[in-house]
Amino acid sequence: MIRLEKRPEPSRGWTALTPVLAVVLTMIAGGALFALLGKDPFVAMKTIFWDPILGEYAFYYRGQLLVKAAPLVLIAVGLSLGFRAGVWNIGAEGQYIVGALCGGAVGLAFYPAEGWYIFPLMVVAGALGGWLWAMIPGILKTRFNTNEILVSLLLVYVAEQLLAASALRWLKNPEGQGFPGSRNLAQYPAASNPELIAGTGMHWGVVAAMIAVIFAYVLLNRHMTGFHIRLAGQAPRAARFSGVSPSRLVLFCFSVSGALAGLAGLFELTGPAGQISIDFNVGYGFTAIIVAFLGRLHPVGILLAGLLMALTYIGGEAAQSTLGLPAAAIQAFQGMLLFFLLAVDVLINFRVRFGRAMA
Amino acid sequence: MDLSVISPAVLLASLMVAATPILLAAIGELVCEKSGVLNLGVEGMMITGAICGFAMAVETGSPLVGFLGAAAGGALLALLFGVLTQLLLANQVASGLALTLFGIGISALIGQGYRGVKPPPTTRLDLGPLSEIPFLGRLLFSHDWVVYFGLALTLGVWLFLRYSRAGLVLRAVGESHDAAHALGYKVVAIRFAAIAFGGACAGLGGAYLSLVRVPQWTDGMTAGAGWIALAIVVFGSWRPGRILLGAYLFGGMTVLQLNLQAAQLPVPVEVLSMSPFVLTIVVLVIMSAGRGRASTAAPAMLGRVFHASS
Repeated sequence: MIRLEKRPEPSRGWTALTPVLAVVLTMIAGGALFALLGKDPFVAMKTIFWDPILGEYAFYYRGQLLVKAAPLVLIAVGLSLGFRAGVWNIGAEGQYIVGALCGGAVGLAFYPAEGWYIFPLMVVAGALGGWLWAMIPGILKTRFNTNEILVSLLLVYVAEQLLAASALRWLKNPEGQGFPGSRNLAQYPAASNPELIAGTGMHWGVVAAMIAVIFAYVLLNRHMTGFHIRLAGQAPRAARFSGVSPSRLVLFCFSVSGALAGLAGLFELTGPAGQISIDFNVGYGFTAIIVAFLGRLHPVGILLAGLLMALTYIGGEAAQSTLGLPAAAIQAFQGMLLFFLLAVDVLINFRVRFGRAMA
Repeated sequence: MDLSVISPAVLLASLMVAATPILLAAIGELVCEKSGVLNLGVEGMMITGAICGFAMAVETGSPLVGFLGAAAGGALLALLFGVLTQLLLANQVASGLALTLFGIGISALIGQGYRGVKPPPTTRLDLGPLSEIPFLGRLLFSHDWVVYFGLALTLGVWLFLRYSRAGLVLRAVGESHDAAHALGYKVVAIRFAAIAFGGACAGLGGAYLSLVRVPQWTDGMTAGAGWIALAIVVFGSWRPGRILLGAYLFGGMTVLQLNLQAAQLPVPVEVLSMSPFVLTIVVLVIMSAGRGRASTAAPAMLGRVFHASS
């Protein structure tokens, strides 16, 4: 018989080891999945995890790594604060879209003016847009006690419709010969977010992600608000007795995660994506949830997890073109990773005992 | 704009059709939540059911086998959630999200060969002269059997929860798992059963989308229906009757906005398309603002982890 015995304290060793274990298990299960699809699992794994970093064409993929990791890390860092405090913002995808729309609209309003101030203004507008969209579930939660999980998620679908309306009507390129989509912001120098160092993929979004990681680390370890966040998550009653206001905490978590998601959207729009189009959002807001958990809700862990998840995106694309592996396989692979992570997490708080219970 | 093209009988009849997938999923989730388990993976289970049902129906040529396959697929995915949350004591919110993300991926993977395929038609129930009655016949007696199955299921769940001994035990587990455990009930086994039932219902709802309502397979075709179902459980304050009402309200909104789109109302199509979601949020707010009624109606152990020896 297998029993679970509660540990007196969470195991530090397993806290660090479980993400690695989860990745290994996912590779095994994913390999089995790929084998079922008729692909050689070893070749598939090598294409996804090895070639983009160390393979023959790695110089091309390496730059992509930072481009994909930046939005994931930026969003996940924000989400992790809330997840630690038991505040579930799962609508980052919507905040990402609205941030990009607000920032993009500001940039398009200035077109074709030149000026150093345009891009900073867009950045502010992007953060504000994401913040505003996140404030809807935040305020509804604190004011009416409405379930923030459902509201934030439902708002993703509303944001997607806003995106469609923007791409087809409100922000459509007047010189686009009737094609859907806005002007290309990446080709408008005052509003573009170019690669800062050629060949690295480093753009302002990457810089922002780095700053967010450092900011979150300091906040959680050296600041009272960070302590309150951890306290509210681990012992809600104790937090209330010591004067932590749950409402302020909810609003704080939604503010930070919303603004960061909005920023991620704006940097993506002005750089890699270029224009507002119907299919602008590619699910970073949802993948960031996996990144946040894989990174143990710790800023540095999230940085590593973001890079790993970016690798699965890039490797997945490579496997799509070279092996004909369907795009959905990578999606299923990422979902599996979260499954295994949650499954092996039991080892942190419980000891597995074999044999009969001792009386 | 021409509103005269909207016929009330057809509108109300299609309302019932539009509401059915959400009703099925919401009733399943109700049972699951009544046992104290919050499964946020409804969207994932629905879409898995949609593709399993679609594939089974196309391969066998029988919609009935399709629906059975959908229920099995949804239940299987739900059991995965059960293993995570009941045996490995994982966080239910995170596990539910994982289920949704995984379900969307795996369904797109299975569905690759089924794009553009036509499923076998689900037959309308032949109710003879009843469906000839003007207005009411079109409204009530000319649907496929799944619509009536959804209504019967709602009634059945209501009777089960309210009048049966097993229903009482299920509710006891949801209100206080420690007390139920002390009385000798198998908390984990009961919850597993409730989770599987919820998954099967969500799968049926998904299959109704892919086999009847749309009817074809496209990636991500549930498009938020699972989340709406979750919201409707809260809206219905965990009562089958009110959940039926909520599903019909949402179905009505969906059908109405589609009709208004067809009637070329001078409002952007996107605004109409987002209206069901906005309405759901508004209703959620009203329900939760009403002196915490919705929060007191929730099962007390909803989302809590149960570990016997602790």
